[in-house]
Amino acid sequence: MKDMRTPLSRVRGLGSAKTGTRDFWIQRLTAAANVPLALFLITSLVALTGADYATVRSYLGNPLVAIPMLLLVLSGTWHMRIGMQVILEDYIHKEGPKVVMLALNNFFSAVVAIAGVYAILKIGIQS
Amino acid sequence: MSLEAQLRPRPLSPHLTIYRRTMTMMMSIVHRLTGTALYFGMLLLTWWLIAAAEGQKSYRLFESWIGSAAGKFILLCYTWALIHHLLGGLRHFAWDIGQGFDLPTANLMARATLIGSVILTVLVRTIGIWVRGAL
Repeated sequence: MKDMRTPLSRVRGLGSAKTGTRDFWIQRLTAAANVPLALFLITSLVALTGADYATVRSYLGNPLVAIPMLLLVLSGTWHMRIGMQVILEDYIHKEGPKVVMLALNNFFSAVVAIAGVYAILKIGIQS
Repeated sequence: MSLEAQLRPRPLSPHLTIYRRTMTMMMSIVHRLTGTALYFGMLLLTWWLIAAAEGQKSYRLFESWIGSAAGKFILLCYTWALIHHLLGGLRHFAWDIGQGFDLPTANLMARATLIGSVILTVLVRTIGIWVRGAL
């Protein structure tokens, strides 16, 4: 064992690693990003109301649409993953089910994120 | 659970149902509910993108669903949830910088979140109908 310090001295020496508020901070950061991105989504949905397939394709194929849409998918899924984790941690008290639900939350968010990115990139590359 | 905890359960704070319902409390709950709705609503956005990417046939399936009465209603609810959660988020930004903790301001912001979200949703829907001439 290299570390000869006592546990107390180790705690005193370490102090805060300054990473304890990582999720809190990313939740705010993605929230700030989501404000303009959500407005962009609402505008897009209104603009595309009743539009035919070709119009939707050419709209989503435009880099000025595809890039914010990618940002929305990534920032949105990251934000929702953290938000759902907080809810699960608040309301599920049993350790086993909590770990399972937290894992499912991560899997769900990852699948949704990757599926969205895949679709946007596919449209972008084909157009 | 330790033996002592089993013999003598620790006192718990009273749960949600015991408190008088206040505007700020309700908006806090609704913020979580809309967040959860948007969590699953993300599937709708993903379906739309995948359908558009996969071709005309899959897009027609999405279109027929979103064009149905149920689809339109869910899209309307999604729009409201998104706007409500967005406004609720702005409220949290105010609190994050240490503003708006006094009761009159907090109540005003809570009321503005609810009323604002309904007005903006109606506005978005109206513009949608007006611009595109379609429901």
